Amino acid sequence: MDYKLTEEQQALKKEFEDFFREEMKDAPPAYQKNALEAMYGDDDGWQFHKSMQKKLAEKGWFTMAWPKEYGGREAPIIEQLIFSEVHAYYRAPGIDGFGVGMFAPTLMQFANEEQKERLLPPIARGEVNYCQAWSEPNAGSDLAALTTTAIKEGDHYVVNGQKVWTTGAHRADRMFLLARTDPSQKRSSGLSVFNVNMSIPGIEVRPIHYMDGTHLYNEIFFSDVIIPEHDRIGPEHEGWKSTRATMNFERSSVGSYASAKRSLEELLEYVKTTKRGGRLLYENPMVRQKLAKLYIDIERGRDLAYRVAWNQGKGNFLVSATGASESKVFGTELFQRLANFATEIMGLHGQLGSSKWAPLDGVMSDAYQWSLGMNIAAGSSEIQRNIIAWVGVGLPRFK
Amino acid sequence: MNLDFTSEHEMLKDAATRFLTKECPYARVKELEESQDGYSPELWQKTAELGWLGLLFPEEYGGYAGQFVDMVIIQEAIGRAVYPSPFFSTILQCGLTILEGGTEDQKKDLLPQIAEGSLIMALAQYEEDGSYYPQDINLKAEAQGDDYILSGTKLFVMDANVAHKLIVAAKTDNEEVTLFLVDANDPNVAISKMPTIGKDNNCEVIFNDVKVPKANIIGSPGNGKETLEKMNAKAAVAKAAEIVGGCKACIDITAEYAKQREQYGKPIGGFQVIQHYMANMLLEYDTTYNYLYRVACMIDEGEDFARDASALKACANEVYKFISERAAQIHGGIGTTREGDIGLFYRKAKSCEYMCGDTDFHYEEVFARLLEQGPM
Repeated sequence: MDYKLTEEQQALKKEFEDFFREEMKDAPPAYQKNALEAMYGDDDGWQFHKSMQKKLAEKGWFTMAWPKEYGGREAPIIEQLIFSEVHAYYRAPGIDGFGVGMFAPTLMQFANEEQKERLLPPIARGEVNYCQAWSEPNAGSDLAALTTTAIKEGDHYVVNGQKVWTTGAHRADRMFLLARTDPSQKRSSGLSVFNVNMSIPGIEVRPIHYMDGTHLYNEIFFSDVIIPEHDRIGPEHEGWKSTRATMNFERSSVGSYASAKRSLEELLEYVKTTKRGGRLLYENPMVRQKLAKLYIDIERGRDLAYRVAWNQGKGNFLVSATGASESKVFGTELFQRLANFATEIMGLHGQLGSSKWAPLDGVMSDAYQWSLGMNIAAGSSEIQRNIIAWVGVGLPRFK
Repeated sequence: MNLDFTSEHEMLKDAATRFLTKECPYARVKELEESQDGYSPELWQKTAELGWLGLLFPEEYGGYAGQFVDMVIIQEAIGRAVYPSPFFSTILQCGLTILEGGTEDQKKDLLPQIAEGSLIMALAQYEEDGSYYPQDINLKAEAQGDDYILSGTKLFVMDANVAHKLIVAAKTDNEEVTLFLVDANDPNVAISKMPTIGKDNNCEVIFNDVKVPKANIIGSPGNGKETLEKMNAKAAVAKAAEIVGGCKACIDITAEYAKQREQYGKPIGGFQVIQHYMANMLLEYDTTYNYLYRVACMIDEGEDFARDASALKACANEVYKFISERAAQIHGGIGTTREGDIGLFYRKAKSCEYMCGDTDFHYEEVFARLLEQGPM
């Protein structure tokens, strides 16, 4: 057992760091706070994401762990982790998490040859962005309750229904859609997965604004949307199986700890240089203890994330399913704790958004609001805890 | 990077678990807790035969030159079994003190005796004010010809009641902390057990003008503070391993109980409130477990691990209390009894918390180093 990086890996890490340090100098100001908000939230942010996406694609960095047959170089998991950490530390965009992180591995495992050849290269070249059309108004944590239908008529499907909480649907070129192809079947039976172009007729995207006004989430309405049969991924009515797999691809959450570490660095600098009541903030024992606790949680969370990725790298998805849920819930709740501690330490100034008076340019007041959503998105903390109890502890599941 | 155990690690883990499950079931632990000596000399000899006592020492001192990761594996097993013995005081506290700060002669003399199980030792560091800081050590060591005269009181000296020799931290005339090797059966040394939650061998030790030859200084005069700090950082990691083992036992025992115990006609483990308690327990355990092995690897890889040793110990302290408390709560009434086993862990969580520095002490250590080094 060892945690050492080889010289090549250290050099690779430096290459990533040099790249992002330099590139992020040109980033729109919103990237000081939160990459996801900056990327989907305004046009400048989106343009910057797209130009970064092209550069990263040219370097082959977000596909480096892909199998060689799909243009990757089968890089070891550790290199992927180093990249994810550096990328998150610099709050950089350029990666379409839905396309690269979720749909591409689904395609590799479940699509036919024609679909792989048609759909994977644009993702690898950084030319498309996806969104994930899963949740519905009455199917959130209970995803299998979804009612959007895709009914087969000849050589195509006709889609009707509604999706919700679709991050980035207003920016995306394509979506991967989970819909009911056999309405006579219930729950997880009778579902299928589709690759859908956002520009086809009958799709209407309406914004849902986050509490601070940012536009990330959307509702999507489908009215007689025609999807050709060749865009159905995997066998008809058996989409739940691939959807379950999609949920499990690379879920170490390692980036969240790297990004928290960046925030801790900034906070340390803040308490070292800010005076209140005649003394520097760091001289206050409450402040010291809060920052020590954050450090501890960042370190142990990161070690868990490494373990999850390590197990996934070995193909041990049973062990890593628990770990992935643990890392997700620990990471998002840590982010929330970080935001709370930071805005408490800042006192009155902790409530300020971008302003000349705002400590750290308002990054922590942004985090205070944004962290709430992270505990809901991609499987709420409660759902993660159910999984940990069932899979990790082995407790019975009442039907 | 390689996060897998070697096959040797796996074998050590299996052997340790098998040995302690067989030789030291929880019923035996409770018996030993009630005994005056608080340990079994017979089991101690068997532990020596397994090679655990010399595991960390270099071969020239009768040891096996093991890695710190090996020690962590053993300590985890000890924590799971709540094995009562002078292992921590003799091996981690005193063995490491001699290894880090002793002279060549002292290492050659003492370490082989420890490794073969014939020498039990105890470290007398804390005093009446209960401070963890070496600068608060006030026990007097007055130079008198070729000797020093030690006078004062030490508290919370683990296993002094069964030790053959003590290492005593004292302040010499020039105000420097110096470590002395003292015979535990010296007539001027008075040892008595203190009643603790952990029912362990915490002792009060009174030194009534105890004469110690200069040759019995561990290492050199004045190096006490540095030696204690070096030892303590490693011992804290070993104690965290014991805690992590205890946490795992709590989770396993409680999961089993929650699957068996029925109320309202169903196993209570099916109720979501119990599931979320247990999810939180596993979450705290898994994060601490992975951190533990990284810090152990940092020691083996020769990295500066002091900040993370403190962070790990603070974290382990809190996690053990959290997990053992939830475990007892899920057990209901039986969790509060002497007859049930889970109360063992709840009590040990408290005694482990104080060993090698409590949570507040280590938070402060972490922050001081963060301020100096930054978090990277």
